[in-house]
Amino acid sequence: MNNPIVHSVLLAASMTLASATTAAQQPTPEQMWEIIQSQQKEIEALKRGQQDTAKQAADADEKAEAAVVAVEETSTGSRGNWADRTTIGGYGELHYNNIEGADDEIDLHRFVLFFGHEFTDDIRFFSEFEIEHDVAGEGQPGEIEVEQAYVEFDIRDGLQAKGGVFLLPVGILNETHEPDTFYGVERNDVENIIIPATWWAGGAALTGQHANGVSWDLAIHEGLKMDSAGGSNPFRVRSGRQKTGEAKANDFAVTGRLRYTGIPGLELAASLQYQADASQTSGDGLDKGVLYETHAVYQKGPLGLRALYAEWDFEGTTVTSMGADEQKGWYIEPSFKVHDKLGLYTRYQDLEGFRPEDQFDQWEVGLNFWPHKQVVIKADYRDRELDNNTDFSAFDLGIGYQF
Amino acid sequence: MTRLFTLLLLFLSAGPTPAGGTYQSPEDFLDEVFAGAVPAAQVLWLKDDVRETSTAIMGHRYPAIRVRYWLAGTRSAWILEEIGKEQPITTGIVINNHGIERLRVLVFRESRGWEVKHPFFTDQFPGLGITPAYELDGPVDGVSGATLSVRALKKLARLALYFHSQVITDHDATQ
Repeated sequence: MNNPIVHSVLLAASMTLASATTAAQQPTPEQMWEIIQSQQKEIEALKRGQQDTAKQAADADEKAEAAVVAVEETSTGSRGNWADRTTIGGYGELHYNNIEGADDEIDLHRFVLFFGHEFTDDIRFFSEFEIEHDVAGEGQPGEIEVEQAYVEFDIRDGLQAKGGVFLLPVGILNETHEPDTFYGVERNDVENIIIPATWWAGGAALTGQHANGVSWDLAIHEGLKMDSAGGSNPFRVRSGRQKTGEAKANDFAVTGRLRYTGIPGLELAASLQYQADASQTSGDGLDKGVLYETHAVYQKGPLGLRALYAEWDFEGTTVTSMGADEQKGWYIEPSFKVHDKLGLYTRYQDLEGFRPEDQFDQWEVGLNFWPHKQVVIKADYRDRELDNNTDFSAFDLGIGYQF
Repeated sequence: MTRLFTLLLLFLSAGPTPAGGTYQSPEDFLDEVFAGAVPAAQVLWLKDDVRETSTAIMGHRYPAIRVRYWLAGTRSAWILEEIGKEQPITTGIVINNHGIERLRVLVFRESRGWEVKHPFFTDQFPGLGITPAYELDGPVDGVSGATLSVRALKKLARLALYFHSQVITDHDATQ
């Protein structure tokens, strides 16, 4: 077996045999075609699978996005349905008054609810429903009042018209009187007695605003119906408000206001009102009346200042002879915010109304504490010197809110 | 009298009537801010610390689960909403390098506080930043009778500054 020739012969024979075997295992072209076709099908199936997976992923992303958008729309409010277009708000204030020479008193002075509704983007309704002094009814101290109920129309940018019951554009507090927005437990007496806030009336009004900070109001509305001589409250302006309850409208009144707020922190305004007949009765000695009012509000950093002057001039024989033809008052109120939650103020006011108790000057000091920006706790001390020498001092506490 | 009514009618019919107090659409605002090359919107999810801090700034939960923003270099733009007294005020705010570059009221729906939509009020915001306590680092004077609208815009300014700090790194800010 060590013979090289035998080895060579055997090697050659085995190679031939191997070659013959390999040739026998190689696929034919037809078989190769079948294999390629099969592999092609598998590739296409894999591709389809890949595309399906990608599409499913995209669908899942789309669904997730849609879900997020739906949640966002729910949480931010789409403003498309009735509830989204209806608003509720309110304010209220409880007072404790400790007045020298009188019984101490605790009083839910005001409990107010606002309801508003947007009919369209350009037409809206607003109302203010108020209960004063907690309990209303026969023999009760309180009143139920609808102080605002009007429909407002946007005529164009910076011009609105409204009709209904609305607050008259005069003074500082008449339109903005939520308790957290002013100092003092009780509202100042000049705006209470002379203007007299809160003063609302039924009628129609136009309001315009301009980009330079100038705005104006023009309103035609029910007039005063003040008592003349012989009435229970003769020549008292505050008692002349008709409050749009079957109000006599023989003689309308007109109010105009010009206001400038073009410098942040500053408000300058002047109002003029004309009453064709302040008693709604001709020949009773109380005829026409004109109200002049002007005020300034300035808040710069922690320093604040409010000042207001208001005067009524009435015409008529009786009102003149009784010395009630001129009724006026003014006040000045510097304030200082110690920090965001605490403010101090002092106020001096001088009143010359018609009734003896409406003729006085008064010093006042006090503080506001805001535990929340829309919740306020107040305290003040007042020292009133009346012209008839029935002076008194008072200490007041209050808590108020708005939402 | 007839002449007076004619003049009144002419006056009332003058000028355009905008729908719902829209002064600039968010799209136009972004187009103006980025000079026509508005970057793709990105999303800041309001969760964990971002949710907690944004709630502290607003005084209530911001009514969204995420906020879109547009970022190009050191500038970010935000479209945010807050209710003044009754209605949401839509505001566009641009922050650049941790300071307010621009604040504009885009949609104003309130019946009071109209002053805040005008430049004489909004011009107080550019240049203001935010303190570590998330307060504005400079004064913004209010408007008499518009307390709630002013408060709403100040909160949105603080919120945009805070959001910006969450989407931009200090490195970005110094570029």
